[in-house]
Amino acid sequence: MEQHKYSISKWCTVSDETVSRLDQVVFEGEKGDFAAFAKAYYKANEIDYPKFFKMDALSKLAFIGSECLLMDEEFEKPSSDIALLFSNASSSLDTDLKHCESIVEKESFYPSPAVFVYTLANICLAEVSIKHKLQSENTFFVSPRFDIDLMYAQASYILETNRAKQVLCAWVEYLEGTYQFFGYMVSPYKQGEVEHTRENIKNIYKR
Amino acid sequence: MKKVYITSTSCLSSVGADKHLTWQGIQEGQSGIKKVRQLGFIEDIYAGQIADEVIDTQWNKLNISGVFTRLEKMLIIALKPLIDQNKPTDTSQLILATTKGNINDLANTGAKGANINDMIQRIADLFGFKTTPIVVCNACVSGILAVSVGKRMIQMGVCEDAYVIAGDELTPFVVSGFNSFQAMSDEPCKPFDANRKGVTLGEATAAVHLSANRLEGDTVFEVIGEASIADANHISGPSRTGEGLYQSIQGALRESGITAEQIDLVSAHGTATNYNDEMESIAFDRCELASVPTHSLKGYFGHTLGAAGLLELVVVIESMLHNQLVVSKGYEVSGVSRPLNIITTPSELSLNIALKTASGFGGSNTALLIAKRN
Amino acid sequence: MEDLKIELKGKIIEVLNLEDITIEDIQDNDPLFGDGLGLDSIDALELIVLMDKDYGIKLSDPKEGRSIFQSVETMATYIAANRTK
Repeated sequence: MEQHKYSISKWCTVSDETVSRLDQVVFEGEKGDFAAFAKAYYKANEIDYPKFFKMDALSKLAFIGSECLLMDEEFEKPSSDIALLFSNASSSLDTDLKHCESIVEKESFYPSPAVFVYTLANICLAEVSIKHKLQSENTFFVSPRFDIDLMYAQASYILETNRAKQVLCAWVEYLEGTYQFFGYMVSPYKQGEVEHTRENIKNIYKR
Repeated sequence: MKKVYITSTSCLSSVGADKHLTWQGIQEGQSGIKKVRQLGFIEDIYAGQIADEVIDTQWNKLNISGVFTRLEKMLIIALKPLIDQNKPTDTSQLILATTKGNINDLANTGAKGANINDMIQRIADLFGFKTTPIVVCNACVSGILAVSVGKRMIQMGVCEDAYVIAGDELTPFVVSGFNSFQAMSDEPCKPFDANRKGVTLGEATAAVHLSANRLEGDTVFEVIGEASIADANHISGPSRTGEGLYQSIQGALRESGITAEQIDLVSAHGTATNYNDEMESIAFDRCELASVPTHSLKGYFGHTLGAAGLLELVVVIESMLHNQLVVSKGYEVSGVSRPLNIITTPSELSLNIALKTASGFGGSNTALLIAKRN
Repeated sequence: MEDLKIELKGKIIEVLNLEDITIEDIQDNDPLFGDGLGLDSIDALELIVLMDKDYGIKLSDPKEGRSIFQSVETMATYIAANRTK
């Protein structure tokens, strides 16, 4: 197989009510409240997408991080050119706990379909594909820590076999108010960009 | 690219306690779907439940000590026969597909008990896997998507072989949710039928061994093509045009280099909801698969969620080994807008290439093409 | 009846997370689905739960829901005639 060169063309982190892109802080919200922070980010960026407010916290987190990486990408929609590989440690446990609460007592047994639909981790990935009309390769993985080897191998496969031109890889973790988004775009290599290697992913993730 | 083969398979289902009993039960037209008196606060539903006694009997045969949850036991029961055939090497990869893992423990033990990583690590340790396990959690396509993931790891040279296991339990958690979606049938499900009323839920575990190597003389099943393309349409409803499934099948065909007319059998997802089955009929028709013998196996097992794709793949492989078409249980009269060749009578046919598909919440779709290699 | 309609609008906004929409923004005869408030199939299922939880009305046939959930007016009329709590 011919090896092509790819780059980590951009990256983004969302944690502690702060959004950073290429290590630069691009948005800071008030500390201590993810929901308020998410709403403030939405308003500040003049996003017009009312469905955002129906999402659970994990999906809002994935949405914000992906927005930050995709907002300046120009492509025809729908597109199969950008694949999505997401992962986290806690799956959808944050919302699972909410659904669980609604089914423990017979007197208050009113499970909510709008909650239940988010008890699948890959829904946060689906929200991103729907927003950006990405009819593309996609997988959601669960691992105790961000699994660089897995992401590297799966992203490389997608690019080497021409299933997509770029891959958005992300760690999207949210459990009971503690959260972290780390995402990066793997793209065809351009001069001066950070090459897509396991070592470089590790370096960027550690920053 | 390296060729990747499915060299052995196994399962634990509501039809049979192992692969042979499951295949035998299907041949006899048995269904694992029965009336279940109570699950949480939901009463009198039809579901493909595995009796605890069946699990205990199988488990006790294994002579394994240690504390494992019901689902972990189910997964180990499915995986053990593959381990007995081929011991994992230092590079062997373990891959789990599940939607909810030990979700039944959530009410008792909180988030910790339902942690999927802890669960798969216990199983990896039991069988001495040295590599970090991979967990695919992608709604109802997880089972066959995990096969794609394993195939890709082998093709990228990360490992030489992979043990793919899939499992989900029938729990009050899932049943109450599907019920709130008004998606459940009040009788055993009837995929693609005019009188279908929705989903019947079920539980199962299944396992397949993927390898870049095959033993001379063994019949194996090469994974010749696969793709997983999202609808990008709606988080719960399938695309009206079947776009994601259509693209997934086209992607699998492209990789395999075969044409639709070379496919001998289509094993559909067929959940028996109005929208899903209609969507699939459109996608299959667009792929020019309307005349290929097609079934859904949900009438035997119910919808076993993250296990569904892999369990059904195990049955498809039995079907191909025996050159025997499996009837699409529950189907009488077509209830979809496009023509499909739904299998209604058991018959023999030379089966060399099969397409397995799955679709799920989030608009996820996976198509997998396998070819028999003697 | 007017009180019920106002109550209902408040509940719809809350339960369906309609951001930046106030009770005054929803007219009694505005269509809830399609072009109106832009509600979708999950919202329809959520309204079925609301009917059960707050008014003791069980709707099991989604088709039945379609005529009831046309507007706040049709919902309020149905609730007034069928409520058990």
